[in-house]
Amino acid sequence: MIAEIGHYGLVLALLLATVQSTLPLAGAARGHPGWMALGPAAALGQLIFLGLAFAALTWAYVVSDFSVANVAQNSHSAKPLLYKITGVWGNHEGSMLLWVLILALFGAAVALFGGNLPETLRVRVLAVQGMVGFGFLLFILFTSNPFDRLAMPPADGRGLNPLLQDPGLAFHPPFLYLGYVGFSTAFSFAVAALIEGRVTAAWARWVRPWTLAAWSFLTIGIALGSWWAYYELGWGGWWYWDPVENASFLPWLAGTALLHSAIVVEKRDTLKSWTVLLAIFAFSLSLIGTFLVRSGVLTSVHAFAQDPERGLFILVLLIIAIGGSLALYAVRAPTLRSTAVFAPISREGALLVNNLLLATACATVFLGTLYPLFLEALTDEKVSVGPPYFNATFLPIIAPALVAMAIGPLLAWKRGDLGRAMSRLWIAGLAALGVAVLSYVAAGGDGILAALGMGLAGWLFMGAMVELAERIKLFRAPLGESLSRARGLPRAAWGMTVAHAGVAVVAAGVTASGAWKTESIQAMRAGDSVEVAGYTFTFEGVKTVPGPNYRAERGTFTVTRDGRPVAVLTPEKRFYPVAQRDTTEAAIHTTWLADLYAVISEPGADGAWSTRIYHNPLVPWIWIGVIVMGLGGALSLTDRRHRVGAPRRTRAEAGAAAPAQA
Amino acid sequence: MRALLFALLFLALPAVAVEPEEILDDPALEARARAISKDLRCLVCQNQSIDDSNAELARDLRVLVRERLVAGDSDQQVVEFVVARYGDFVLLNPPVKPHTWLLWFGPVIILILAASGVALYVGRRARPIGIEAEPLTAEERARINAVLRDKDKP
Amino acid sequence: MQARIVLYALPLAGFIALAVWLAMGLGMDPRNVPSALIDKPAPDFTLPGLDGAGEGFGTADLRAPANEDVVVVNVFASWCIPCRAEHPYLMRWAEDGVTIYGINYRDKPDDARNWLAQLGNPYKRIGVDANARVSIDWGVYGVPETFIVDRSGHIRFKQVGPITTPDLARAFREKIAAARQ
Repeated sequence: MIAEIGHYGLVLALLLATVQSTLPLAGAARGHPGWMALGPAAALGQLIFLGLAFAALTWAYVVSDFSVANVAQNSHSAKPLLYKITGVWGNHEGSMLLWVLILALFGAAVALFGGNLPETLRVRVLAVQGMVGFGFLLFILFTSNPFDRLAMPPADGRGLNPLLQDPGLAFHPPFLYLGYVGFSTAFSFAVAALIEGRVTAAWARWVRPWTLAAWSFLTIGIALGSWWAYYELGWGGWWYWDPVENASFLPWLAGTALLHSAIVVEKRDTLKSWTVLLAIFAFSLSLIGTFLVRSGVLTSVHAFAQDPERGLFILVLLIIAIGGSLALYAVRAPTLRSTAVFAPISREGALLVNNLLLATACATVFLGTLYPLFLEALTDEKVSVGPPYFNATFLPIIAPALVAMAIGPLLAWKRGDLGRAMSRLWIAGLAALGVAVLSYVAAGGDGILAALGMGLAGWLFMGAMVELAERIKLFRAPLGESLSRARGLPRAAWGMTVAHAGVAVVAAGVTASGAWKTESIQAMRAGDSVEVAGYTFTFEGVKTVPGPNYRAERGTFTVTRDGRPVAVLTPEKRFYPVAQRDTTEAAIHTTWLADLYAVISEPGADGAWSTRIYHNPLVPWIWIGVIVMGLGGALSLTDRRHRVGAPRRTRAEAGAAAPAQA
Repeated sequence: MRALLFALLFLALPAVAVEPEEILDDPALEARARAISKDLRCLVCQNQSIDDSNAELARDLRVLVRERLVAGDSDQQVVEFVVARYGDFVLLNPPVKPHTWLLWFGPVIILILAASGVALYVGRRARPIGIEAEPLTAEERARINAVLRDKDKP
Repeated sequence: MQARIVLYALPLAGFIALAVWLAMGLGMDPRNVPSALIDKPAPDFTLPGLDGAGEGFGTADLRAPANEDVVVVNVFASWCIPCRAEHPYLMRWAEDGVTIYGINYRDKPDDARNWLAQLGNPYKRIGVDANARVSIDWGVYGVPETFIVDRSGHIRFKQVGPITTPDLARAFREKIAAARQ
């Protein structure tokens, strides 16, 4: 019964999506307020019904209702409750339901918080959201219905892949989808603007918070997945340029470009058609990612329940959504002209350079990811494009972007002074040099490129600090004035500084972990020790420990440095009887400068265990940096200018209002 | 990365990859073996290198790579040995050949095209565009006058 | 103005090309890797026989003068479930007079003998490749794989995966016929 309610919720949501995408649009064209009012109502209704459907599926998982095919295939009664719940989106059908639920969430958010938008724009944005929802709800109902029943329910389910029974993974997909799907709002704003034939500074101000929110979620979501792969797969790495990883990175690159170009539209009323195009691209790349991951056209480590028929359906959706919006773009974009003067040495010039490099980087990753497919379709030749290609092409494109990132914010709008900006960055230059030399020496003269990468990170970090210091006149005005300037600084400015500093921290982590990782593989018996990067790892042996739905062999290492205890690491090898599979649980001790990482794999015939121990320098910085980036995004999101619906208050008004409250 | 989730169902077991007994005694040779293995694709697992995979074939190939190195082959010869059997497909770093020209030179072409597009755009806008604007037509002038007149009225 | 309109239509044109490619991609199998050995001589090898199933074979056995006809080399294992589905086709071809050699891949001799006793033996000779070393020389990356070697000892075709349907079998027989030309 509950499952039928869920199914019914899906159907009702589909009906509402139909309404949302048609009548209000006609109402907006004819100036019919009654029809237009249907849009926000339908968007809210869609959220309610999809929430209901999602709750119904979650319920079926929690109570282990194996008469629902999806539950029987992906759950098991002996699974801990947390993984029963996260198992809802641990499979194709359930994850698609989460996808449309989040789409409806963004639609409802526009309906609720879009009060300051012109009514026709809001209604058109909602209509486009409705169309996307309509397509994907059809997809779910026709090809991937999670509520299908089994005539003969099995006694128990097949269980969830043990690798996915992990807290890190519980939150990876929701964040990722909040990012992916969040770009649908930017897309809808772009299409709505094309329908209206008008892109204004106000439009850019409205579209920015939605993009920021999606970008922050996607940033965190990608990092969560990467973090999970790092500690769960036991290979000591965190990124492999796998097609599925790239599929999430492409919208991120486009979204990052969009964030920056929207500022130019807002401040300078130019780059309009490019910004609209980026908004279309960011979501289109999310959609293409969905297609790549679910259709089976590319091979990935992360093999998927692949189904060409579903692939075909998604492809048709892609053609309608992307093809349709780009056709509209071809017709309408030529009218989006701007007469603003554009000086190359200026803030907008720097943002344009940022866009140029990010777009090229995005195109490069896209080319590398899809090249095997292109080549085979044209010539029957097979080729592999692996990490060496991406490292060789992506890094040289993104490095100059990091250089420019420190300079851009110091240039004024309209007409900047490059010489002055550079002269203020002397301290960043010094930091870059210092960090590069220091890391070169610390690494024992190993890896000049990596040392340069570290220098770049230092440059960027100090560059962000210099920019902040400039804004608050640190050391050039009395400290009190600097503090009050810091308080008065718009949140968006703080957000930028924080996010840029976060990028610098990530860059340092990526560089160091890539270049100076130490790995040691050996067979060990209890009592053996091994020296890795100055730490002594002593193997204390393995004992069997029961888990809720698995049995673990837990190894123990005591780690010492110069005779002083540092940590006890307990990596596990777990066996899940339901799935008849092993998983590896790496044990990680972080010193914040490096991770000590230990994995046990197999006992040999002679009773010695294969162990691998890694010293991964600065890997924690990757995660810290990403969190800082996400915080920067969130901080910027709280800027008063973005607060939808809030009237702009001047400081005088705010001051006057305070006593009145007292 | 989304499918990290669903994934790994069939192929990627948690990596145990290189086993202690495979490792060569000579660290220099072993380092070369690792470097070669990292750029060779494991065919069975599709998108992992043989260095990262615990598939049997990957293990066989790792051992083979080491045997060839011990026998005195150069890195190049070892890679050619594997390519002769499995084709260019095993190379995670695709060789520059006519059919990968677009792959390798594509990014440069994209950058040049995009940069010249930007240069053109900025070049045209470095000065106010209004100066070159077409003169108003008689009709437009009349309309402006009408608007201005309206504004002047109290 | 014309140039501008073309410019703004470029993304659409690019996407249409992409969509066509993606659609073509749906019909392709990314797991099927073409052999690097097509039209190359079969590798040099000798394999020992399976005890109780005759002697093994080597490179010279595949080509003239040992064989005046095209031969099929099938890589199989008793633990390979798809091989079981393929086996009846091999039996039928053997009856039709196709010469089939078997490479027994990473198998236990007892299991292999049981397999042949149960399902029949379509092979002229069987070579045991216990450590898969010869199979690597053949570029094998999974079982079953089936090669066609012509009279001059050159590999003409490789089928990856089992031949389990009449269509696949017919296509394979056509490849044999072509190699006989």
